[in-house]
Parts: sequence; C-alpha cells; structure tokens
Amino acid sequence: MAPTPVLPKLVGERVKRREDPRLIQGRATYVDDIKIVGMHHLAFKRSDVAHGRIRSIDTSAAEAMEGVEAVFTGAQIAELLAPMPIGTPFPSPPHRAVAVDVVRYAGEAVAVVVASNRYTARDAADAIVVDIDPLPAVVDPELAMKGQPAVIHGDFPNNLAVALVPSGTGVSADGKVDDSAVDKAFAAAEVVISQRMMNQRLVPNAMEPRGVVAQFEPGKGSMTIWSSTQNPHILRSMIAAMTGLGQDQVRAIAPEVGGGFGAKINIYAEEYVAAVISKRLGIPVKWIEDRSEAFVATTHGRDIIGYIDVAAKRDGTVLGIKLRLIADIGAYNMLLTAAIPTLTMMMANATYDIPAIRTTLTEVFTNKTPTDAYRGAGRPEATYFVERAMDMLARELKMDPADLRRKNFIAPDKFPYVTQMGAVYDSGEYEKALDLALKASNWKGLVAERDAARKEGRLVGLGLAMYVEVCGLGPSSSLPTGGWEHGQVTVERDGRISATTGASPHGQGNETTFAQMLADQFGVPIEHITILHGDTGVVKQGIGTFGSRSQAVAGTALHLAGGRVKTKMAKFAAALLEAHEDDLVFENGTIGVKGSPASAKSFAEVAGYAYVPVPLPPGLEPGLSDEAFFEPANNTYPFGCHISMLEIDRETGEPVLLKLIAVDDAGNLINPLIVEGQIHGGLAQGIGQAMIEEAVYSEDGQLLTGSFMDYALPRATDFPRFELHSTVTPTPVNPLGAKGVGEAGTLGSTPCIVNAAVDALGEFGVTHIDMMLRPEKLWRIIHGGKA
Amino acid sequence: MIPTSFEYVRATSLEDALAKLKAANGSGKFIAGGHSLVPLMKLRLSEPQLLIDIGRIPDLAGISERDGKMVIGAGTVHHDIATSSVIRERCPVVADAAAMIGDPQVRNRGTIGGSVAHADPSADMPAVLLALDAEIHLKGPNGWRVVKAPDFFRDLFTVDMAHDEIIASIQFAPLRTAAYAKLYQRASHYAIVGVAAALHVSGGRIASAAIGLTGAASHARRLTNVERALAGQPLSQQTIAPAAQVAGVDLAEVNSDIHAGAEYRRAMIPVFTRRALESAMARA
Ligand SMILES: Cc1cc2nc3c(=O)[nH]c(=O)nc-3n(C[C@H](O)[C@H](O)[C@H](O)COP(=O)(O)OP(=O)(O)OC[C@H]3O[C@@H](n4cnc5c(N)ncnc54)[C@H](O)[C@@H]3O)c2cc1C
Repeated sequence: MAPTPVLPKLVGERVKRREDPRLIQGRATYVDDIKIVGMHHLAFKRSDVAHGRIRSIDTSAAEAMEGVEAVFTGAQIAELLAPMPIGTPFPSPPHRAVAVDVVRYAGEAVAVVVASNRYTARDAADAIVVDIDPLPAVVDPELAMKGQPAVIHGDFPNNLAVALVPSGTGVSADGKVDDSAVDKAFAAAEVVISQRMMNQRLVPNAMEPRGVVAQFEPGKGSMTIWSSTQNPHILRSMIAAMTGLGQDQVRAIAPEVGGGFGAKINIYAEEYVAAVISKRLGIPVKWIEDRSEAFVATTHGRDIIGYIDVAAKRDGTVLGIKLRLIADIGAYNMLLTAAIPTLTMMMANATYDIPAIRTTLTEVFTNKTPTDAYRGAGRPEATYFVERAMDMLARELKMDPADLRRKNFIAPDKFPYVTQMGAVYDSGEYEKALDLALKASNWKGLVAERDAARKEGRLVGLGLAMYVEVCGLGPSSSLPTGGWEHGQVTVERDGRISATTGASPHGQGNETTFAQMLADQFGVPIEHITILHGDTGVVKQGIGTFGSRSQAVAGTALHLAGGRVKTKMAKFAAALLEAHEDDLVFENGTIGVKGSPASAKSFAEVAGYAYVPVPLPPGLEPGLSDEAFFEPANNTYPFGCHISMLEIDRETGEPVLLKLIAVDDAGNLINPLIVEGQIHGGLAQGIGQAMIEEAVYSEDGQLLTGSFMDYALPRATDFPRFELHSTVTPTPVNPLGAKGVGEAGTLGSTPCIVNAAVDALGEFGVTHIDMMLRPEKLWRIIHGGKA
Repeated sequence: MIPTSFEYVRATSLEDALAKLKAANGSGKFIAGGHSLVPLMKLRLSEPQLLIDIGRIPDLAGISERDGKMVIGAGTVHHDIATSSVIRERCPVVADAAAMIGDPQVRNRGTIGGSVAHADPSADMPAVLLALDAEIHLKGPNGWRVVKAPDFFRDLFTVDMAHDEIIASIQFAPLRTAAYAKLYQRASHYAIVGVAAALHVSGGRIASAAIGLTGAASHARRLTNVERALAGQPLSQQTIAPAAQVAGVDLAEVNSDIHAGAEYRRAMIPVFTRRALESAMARA
C-alpha cells in the first residue's frame, strides 16, 4: 500500500471557516435566491400609526391593479389563521398575524397583497387606503404600568403582561415569598448603593433581513417552507399546527441565513401568512423583508429598566442585592418575549457569592415593536446592572474595582454552585480570569497612563467588568421545545462522511467545527466530511441555534452519533482484518491494527465492505449510519473579564474607545479562530450598545431611528484592535468540555465601557450614566448643562 | 429597494442631458451617484418617472487647474477628490472634507455635483465651497450661468438652480490656508456641525477670512460675524480663540434632532469654528 499522508489532529486548531469562500464570493443560496415557477410575491400594508382603531380598509384600487392576484385584510386572514401562538407559559392577549380592528405598533401589518412580482405587490400595498382613528400611544413603560395614557389590551389592566413576579432567596417553588434573609442583609448593611439603570432598546439588524417562500403542493397535500430562520424544526412544528397539516407534511428549510442574533428564533406573522395564503391559493408565494420593514417588523432586543440596591459592608463584602426589573416588551408577546427578562433575574447572582437576592419582574405592554431574544438575551442586562452597581460600590468605598470583585467571587471549590436564583453553575475560576485580564492589560500601567493623561486635563477612564453567562441551553425541563439536540453520522459507500445536525447555523461556523471533530474521530481528512443542516427533510430532528448551544449540545450529539458509527465500522474492519475490534486504530484515512500500519485497510475499503458485506459478519446489519439525541443535564456557565480604556473629549463630549481587553473562558475550544470571531462580533454589539446604538421612539410611538441614517450600526472604524485572551475551565456537563461562546462578547463589554466612562467623568461627581454614551449627554455632565 | 417604476436613460453630453430632461416634461431627474436620490426613491419620497444618468458624460468628472482656478467636474466622486494629489497640494481643505464624507461606499459613488445640487443641511461640501467663495457653473437651455456659493445655498434642500439646469463644474481659487472640522453624526457620518475656515494671510495678518458652517441650520451659510472679527487681525491663537466664540450667536434658529439638541449644537459651533481656524492657521 502507498504510504498515507499523516493527518494532523484538528480539534483545538485554528482551521479557517469552510463556509466562507461561498459567502464571500456571493455563491451562497439565501431565501431570496429561491425561485419557483408560478411564484407570487407578498407585500404587507403596515400601519403608520402606533395605536389606533381601524375604521376602514379600502382595497379596491389595489385589487384592480394588473398583476394583483388577491388582497387580504386582517379579518380575512383571521378566517384562515388562528391567533399566533407563543412559547412561554405566561398569559398573553390574542395576537392576530394581520391586525383586526386595532393596531398596536407602527409597522404592524393591516393587509397583505399577493401579486405577480415584488414591485407590483408594493405598488398595490401603497394603493390600499387605511383609515385609522388614532388612540393615545403608550411609550413610557413606567407610565404604562399605571394604565397611562391608555390600555393596549383589554384583558391586561395597567398594561401589565407580567406583574411583580418574585424570585431569588426565600422564594419557594409554589411562589411563596419569605423576605427575611433579604431584609436581614439590608439591615446589616454599612453601605447601600441604589440606582435606576436603563438597558436601552436595540434593533438586531441581521445583514440579511427576514424572508420566506411557502409552497403548498395541492397534489401532494404537503408544504415546503423556506425561511431565514434560526430553527427550521420549530418552524416546521408551528407551521404544521397553524395550517392544520401534520409535521410529516411540512418541510422547513433554512437555506443560507445571513445572521439572526436571536431575532430569527421567533416564528413571525409573515411566515404563517405566507403558508396559509399558499395553501389557500395553491401557488407558491415569497416575501422578502426590506430594510425599512426590518427596523419595525422584526423583534427588538433589551429595553429593560433595573432598580438595583446593593447592601454591603465597608470592607466590600456584598450582603445582598435587590433588583426590580421593568421590561418594556412592546405591543405583543412573541415566541420567547416573556421569558427573556426571566433570564435577567436568573443571572442576578453574577460571579459573586451573595447570601441574599430578591429580584422582581414586571413586563409591560407599550405601542412599540415587540421585543424578543437579542444576542445575550437577558444575560447582558443582568451583567450590566450588577457590574455597574459593583463599580458604584467600589467608587463609594474607594476600593479598587478588581479588589472588590475578588473579595466577593464564588470560590473555585464551591462548584457546582447553586445560586440564590436556583441556577447551578457548572464550573468556574473567576479569579483566574480576573488575574489574567489584569496582567494582559497591564492594569497598573493603564492606571498610570490614565492618571498621567488626567494631569494634562484629558478625560480618560478605565473600566472593568466580570461576567458569567448561561449557554448550552437544555435540559427539556427548561425549554418548551425540548432541551436536546440531534445528530446523525453516515459513512457513505465511498468512505466520505455526511453528518446532519439539528443546530441551524447562521454565522456560527458549525460546518467547520463539527467537521473538525469528526475528522479527528474517524481519522479522515476534513475535506471528506459534509455537515448538513437547516432542512427538516434531511435533518431528522432538531431544536435550533440559540442560547449559544450549538457546540455544547449539538456538537455533543454528533460526537455521540459518530462514536456509534465508529464502533460499528470497527466491527466490519475487524472482520476484514481478522483482528479484534478493540485493537484497531482509525488514522490517516485508514483502519488498521495498532502497531502494524502496513496491514491497514483504507477507510473507503472498509466503508465499501459495510455496504456490500460479503460475507456479512455475524450479528451485524449492513450500512454505517447512526444517530444520537443528546440532552445535557444542565446548562453551561462560561465567564470572563473585560477591561476597557476610554477617552471623552472635554469640549464635545465625544467618547473614543482606546482599548478593549477581553478574557473569555468558554471551556474547551474546538476552534480558537472561530471562537475569536464570535467574540469579536459579540464585542462589536456590546460596544455598540454602550456607545452608539439606541432605538428611539417619539412620543406618538414612531421609531425615530428607523434607518441606518439614524441608527448607528457599529463599523470597524469605531473600534480599537481587540486584545483577546482566554482561560480554559472545561464543563463537566458534556463530554466535549465545551461551554459556548456565541453571545459572551456582549456581556462584559457593555458594563466595562460604561464603567470607564463614569471613571473618566469622575471629577464631575457623576456616579452613573445611562447608555448610549451620546456625546450631548456626556457634554452636559461636563458642562453642567451650560454652554 | 422597491421604488415606483421608472425608465432609465443615459446621457451622452450636457446638451443631451438637458434635452432629455426637457423631453421628460417635469417627470425626469438626473442621477449621478444616486446616494441622495436613491434613498428618497426607496422611501417613495421621490418618484421620478425617468432617470437620466449623467454619470458617464465624458469630461463631467475630473479635476484640473485652469487660469489659476481649480475646476472640479460635477460628476467627480468624493473619493477622487479626497485622493487627488493636486487638490491635496493646492487646496487641501477640499480633499479633507471629501475624505470625511460618509463611508467608502458613499465616497466611491457620491459626487460633488450631486452633493451641491441636493444641498442637504448637514452635507460637508457646501461649507467648504462657501469658505472658498467657489463658483457653481450651470448650464441651461439659455446657456451658461455662474453662481457664487454664498448665493447658491438658499434654504433647506433649496439652491439657486432652475429645474432645467445642470451643474457642470465647481470652480474656486485654490487656497492652502483653509481647513475643515466636523462633529460626526455617528450613524450616517453627516455633520452635526461642520465648519470650514479659509484664511487669506498676508504679512502675518489675516487679510480676510471666510467661514462656512453646515449642519447647524436649514442650509449652509457664512459666519460673517466671525469673519469680521478676524479681518485685519494678527494671525495668532489670541485672535482666533475670541473670534470663534461669537460663531453662531447670530443664528435665529438652530437644528435640533435626536442626535443633538439645539443648545448642544449651538455650543459646538464655536468649538468647531476654533478647531477649523487652528488647523487653517497651522497651514500658514
Ligand atoms: C450612508 C450615507 C452617508 C452619507 N454621508 C454623508 C456625509 O457624511 N457628508 C455628506 O456631505 N454627504 C453624505 N452623504 C451624501 C453623499 O455625499 C451623496 O453622494 C451626495 O449628497 C449626493 O451626490 P450623488 O452623486 O449621490 O447625487 P444623486 O443622489 O445622484 O443626486 C442627488 C440630487 O442631485 C441632483 N443632481 C445630481 N447631479 C447633478 C448635477 N450635476 N446637476 C444638477 N443636478 C444634479 C439629482 O437629480 C438629485 O436630485 C451620505 C449619503 C449616504 C447614503
């Protein structure tokens, strides 16, 4: 046999993303690239009023236009489609896919046009005349809670979607509240920090807006739906339920998806409407969101007020935290809307050993675009509130911010650590991450640099923040969809490997990381492996990609499935080699007996034999394909420490980020290059929130930042060069030891930057600044509101 | 972009462009870089039935020096102005301002003619052209017309250009001692406040000064009170700082939006006036 090349181990290596060439060269297939003969196009007529009663809708001019197939009003859609379902156990008002009688946010659909092309569809939508009697718009959540200036949903007095749900110390499973421990903590406090903080509303802005193609085939009675979604299997279940079809009759496909950031978890009105219209008319229909629509019709993120109180001793020991949360969830509950702020409650313990915590959550309806998951989804908010408050405490006690945190860390020997919030932190070495961040940033040097700059009159500040994140979402008791993931591995007849995963990547690079794992597992070249995903016709089962769960949960499922196939393949190889299966090694594209490589068979030969097994080894079935469902017993809890240096222009209030040093611990890393990419993206969005991103509404409920001309999406030129470092604390929750990293970058960066800004403006006596760091706001602090 | 339907034609010369515009009978519009027009069409705030592309008219784009004057063709894109060695050498303020417009995509498509014709209240180039006392060269059915920048920018999106005219070039006497300073709006990169300062220096004194302001009000304008305070004074920090203090005080109305309220904008006018003056002085 010719000598075989030696294949390097790939897990842990900086392998370049295999998906990038097609993405960069414009050779990928997105939803809008799907074209079907006879396909028609949808355009939605949307309300330009935030709150009002629909008096009339005149569709006659639209219907008379050439190329218009049909026009449906909300009432007509309601005949085809039940109110939209949600995925949380909270009470929820009926939400029609297309508004009936009342509109509740600017951008809500009021009618839909079906036309032969996209331009005609839009022309016709413009020709629909909607007469809306305006009602007072509810935009301030703290007024909304008092029913002011209006009540949005009849059955929800004072606009309360969720009212004062308690959690933390002394809250029993049946909801009984015992405040004694919290009261005791505050009674014993030598110092209490209290602050109202706003974690402002953001627009997710994936590069690819949403889109859907629905094709009901009357002859077959089945539906295929292509959508720019993060979770095709959930889409399939929901579309089946809402169209009266069985799950076996619906195929959902997420082709290339150009980013989601959590906003493509929700199953949207447009997806349901496309499905029922295709079914009703018997023609394929397409809808592609334009950017202006994406700003108002795709869910927003964050928008939560935190009233935080921290009780401490003067030596810095934190005794207790109270955190009262008010979430402005917009006009309706979407799939996960109500659950996102519960994650903020869940993570109120942060990285600290705190004996008493009380959080309460109120969720309020307003006349704004609904909120739902956005990168980090609840955890950046918790991190922000706690890390800002810790910084305020350090300032009050004149303590070094790192020392204060160190004093309160959960010690490594306390893991698994049950928090006051009921979370079980799997593993953590917080002090190690802090120490590395201090060392890597040369913190002492930065302090000297800052102080020297201040002597010159410059406003320079340093910020530090710790974070702990919850990733790898599972088990099923915590997710209504089920908390597992599915993987299937097939060694094909020619020895190449196809693997399917229930995770549906849209920027995470799973085609690379999962292939790295399988290449090592089977000892074959990565080029021989194809990772298939995003098509329920190909991928048998799955949940989807969110909550930074792909590697920890889906990666493990594939690893387990691969192990099963490998075991079976070893049996075939053992028969061919007349050896014992336990003595075999899979390496360099061969399977052979340990210690005698010359006799090894090529991987392809063994594969071929498994499919034409003459003779069939006793007790074996032909073929090499197996699957695994993996359900973790717990989430994973990655963590880290971020440090920033920032300068504010004394004359103009403009902030400039000078440095950002991030230490992240995501457990074992399959591909550090991809991990860094994920962190870069997370940092960009976290810094964006701190410095330049904010969804601003007018008093009458209009989104004033409805385009990139007014909503600042961070650009590369807005950032310094990020300095990344990592510690590695594997998780015991899965056999890979991998925790997850997709969202982590958004957690530490945001508070560490605001902490730096407050530090920079310390001489003006400021202790807190709400985001974003708008120059005018900083200028007012510097100039006391005077010119 | 899903605009209303339109026809598209390409003009081959200024005369051809004007003829096509006339034939369209009020429903045609020139398109150069499209970076102001297309965003309006996207929102259906502009619904032209005919787009006349002037982007490939020979010689409409280009930079030259003629009789001591810089001549920038209306079709010249910002990037070419920002990187032109003759502009950098002879009149760097124009290159600086061009380099500060938007982002690379915008600078590679957007043109100086389009910027001037569109007259966005926050556009950069108008401030610079005011400070340089530039000429806008227009061609119409009745031939050529030259309008000085201070007469050209009249109001919000309103300039001294008839519906049947086209801008052919921008011309100005080059001046090294001029500079531009700008407070960026972080989303679009347009100017919240932008100030261009041109100093005519002779014998250590400011013979005359011209200051153009953009972003602060309905349209770009000269800061004549600052100009008066500088005229005849020695070229020094002691002159500049107090003169800049009066920048904008005579403005009756100042823009206010989510990015910057009126009070803040007002406060920024002297700051950026001083910065522009300091940079201009540094070039003396
Ligand atoms: C994201 C973004 C950011 C931007 N940021 C900035 C910024 O920071 N600073 C800034 O100054 N600008 C900015 N701009 C605007 C940019 O500079 C535009 O390119 C410019 O304002 C218009 O030039 P254009 O060639 O694109 O004109 P077009 O959009 O093609 O035309 C604009 C208007 O001018 C008319 N027109 C064009 N050329 C002529 C001519 N020769 N004669 C008569 N009429 C003509 C057209 O008919 C149309 O009405 C930005 C634009 C975008 C999209």
